Amino acid sequence: MSAGVPISWYLILSALLFSLGIAGFILRRNIITVFMSIELMLNAVNLSFITFSYQLKQVNGHIFSFFVMVVAAAEAAVGLAIILTVFKNRSTLNIDEVSTMKD
Amino acid sequence: MDVILFLIFAAIAVVCGINVVVQSHPISSAISLIGVMGALAVLYLLLGAEFLAAAQVIVYAGAIMVLFVFVIMLLNAGAETRRGRSWMAQLLGLPLVFAFLGLMAYFVQHVFPGAAEVHFGAFRHGTALDVGRALFTQYLLPFEVVSVLILIAILGAVVLARKELE
Repeated sequence: MSAGVPISWYLILSALLFSLGIAGFILRRNIITVFMSIELMLNAVNLSFITFSYQLKQVNGHIFSFFVMVVAAAEAAVGLAIILTVFKNRSTLNIDEVSTMKD
Repeated sequence: MDVILFLIFAAIAVVCGINVVVQSHPISSAISLIGVMGALAVLYLLLGAEFLAAAQVIVYAGAIMVLFVFVIMLLNAGAETRRGRSWMAQLLGLPLVFAFLGLMAYFVQHVFPGAAEVHFGAFRHGTALDVGRALFTQYLLPFEVVSVLILIAILGAVVLARKELE
């Protein structure tokens, strides 16, 4: 059998993608891009789940990952509906201008 | 071969992930995110998760991203205006990011000292058969709860996005 990939590489990739998601979540000002950063973080967590599932030789991690996907789909549907409503009421997508709860 | 495939698709995932964050136009970010999800689907396949690789392509890269692209086009979202960043953020940002990544890699490497290796085909319990069996026996209750959650999400999306009645 040829040389395999160390399990830590997968975990480092997962952490890297998660950090990118955090960076996008904090740095970006467009509400849709912020939302996409959240999806990126969810994907990174899925990769971790599946890696651990491989390491433990169990299918449970796949089930968790599947549930994360389902919740992400539900979240995307509701979140995008909220974005539509916000845009309808304020005609802006900049999260700095949507600050009623802060003021 | 495993290492080469991993490196290629990990590089695609990371480059597309960086692109998601740095692109100023939301549609470019969305296309890059599809790239990340496609690359991750291949990595799932390398880890033996056949069913989830298919679900990743269909649900994430298909359904969810189409929803995103629809909303971006519907709202006619333009490029984001750049804000000025403070000189401290410009000076310290990049070195701190690399320090953080190095530290993180060190810790992961330390906790999982490369004993276990991933071989393609060594784990054969990620098929639709195995996932379905676990889902409908051991995880039946969460499955039912999640179906109720989806129903609520559909209702919520319809209520939020409908036209106001006079």
